[in-house]
Amino acid sequence: MIALIIRDLRISVRAGGGFGLSLAFFFIIVIFFPFAIGPDLDLLSKVAPGTLWVGALLACLLSLERIFALDFEDGTLDLLATSSLPLESVVISKALVHWLTTGLPLVLLTPFFGILLGLQNSNIIFLIISLIFGTPALSIIGTFGAALTAGMKRGGLLLSILVLPLYIPTLIFGAEAARRGIQGFETQNSVLLLLGVSLLSWAILPFAAASVLRINLR
Amino acid sequence: MSFWEYANPVKFLNLSAAILPYFSIFAAITIIAGISWGFFFTPDDYKQGATVKILYVHVPSAFVAINAWFMMLVASIIWLVRRHHVSALAAKAAAPIGVAMTIIGLVTGALWGQPMWGTWWEWDPKLTSFLILFLFYLGYIALWAAVEDPDTAADLTSVLCIVGSVFAVLSRYATNFWNQGLHQDASLSIDKEEHVADVFYYPLIVVMVGFVLLFVSLVLLNTRSEIMKRRAGAIMARSRI
Repeated sequence: MIALIIRDLRISVRAGGGFGLSLAFFFIIVIFFPFAIGPDLDLLSKVAPGTLWVGALLACLLSLERIFALDFEDGTLDLLATSSLPLESVVISKALVHWLTTGLPLVLLTPFFGILLGLQNSNIIFLIISLIFGTPALSIIGTFGAALTAGMKRGGLLLSILVLPLYIPTLIFGAEAARRGIQGFETQNSVLLLLGVSLLSWAILPFAAASVLRINLR
Repeated sequence: MSFWEYANPVKFLNLSAAILPYFSIFAAITIIAGISWGFFFTPDDYKQGATVKILYVHVPSAFVAINAWFMMLVASIIWLVRRHHVSALAAKAAAPIGVAMTIIGLVTGALWGQPMWGTWWEWDPKLTSFLILFLFYLGYIALWAAVEDPDTAADLTSVLCIVGSVFAVLSRYATNFWNQGLHQDASLSIDKEEHVADVFYYPLIVVMVGFVLLFVSLVLLNTRSEIMKRRAGAIMARSRI
């Protein structure tokens, strides 16, 4: 499992892995919001949590198709399925690698984007907390969606239609936690609920994704 | 004699052919009777005036929209556990009806909301979660349409339906948490502790029964045509060989 994680990390970081693409995409979305809304920093700081959350969600979505598509095409997935490693563990390592290469860098870049959108330094911490707890859920839900569409030639658009509704609870709790924190309300409940969604997703979705992969590999 | 006998497509076709006319006729009778009772023989509400009567379409369609998903969930689980094709096809057949009912619920709600709340749309938890339910239906139908092999499609959509149910329930609570509601509480409940006044209650029950019968007959009809479509496909494949 660790070997698989290291292999996938290497592939994604090296050329053609598309590691930087989703980050660049996130960056562009964040820059586009001031263009669309206007350069008023007060207004921007109000919509900043929502902007960053939607940006993170879309950047995540962009890199999902990659999770299984290449391995499915060249037969690696068949080998993994017949190996002694349970398919559930394969799913978990794929989701983990997706989080390490997409979710974690997004979280690390958030302070800079928060400044661009006029957030106070003390408020950025709320965004970071909500993203740290929320992006793992985005990765595992996305991996389930990628497993559903693994066998399809052009699954990209379908993938977004399938995955985005599943992202709704994460988005609501995550953006709510960030917004409450920035407006000075207590955030404990929404952060705990967000964490609950993440843990629930990590608990049940590896099994669902593995069963779906087995169907697709039949 | 067990219930599972009707998982045999031939027996299912025979049974559904026998009961379908009764279900559709009773559906027509109860809906027509209930709606005309509700529209013409009940008083206007003292606050809402005549707009209260949209209740007779709004509540039953919303009820069917939610329970159609529940029926799809049960049918999906039966397919995954017992591999009865009729079950998978029934789940497939229910989805478009659920979508239609969701749209009817949303549109009638908007028509009522405009004069009463002064807005067509409000980001209220009940309204929002209904919109989310609509998205889940769309994803489910899109997945059925995208996969060519029927058994693979049935498997994938069944898993999606189960996972989707978990997340749909989560979304329901998330929207509750996210915004305060404008929407009134349940119009009906079994223990009768909170519901509309009796004058509106009885016609509403009749229409509800009618909508459920309508749903059952449409699902039967759709499932029958799915089975026949699959048979026609099999015959065509055989004649080609």
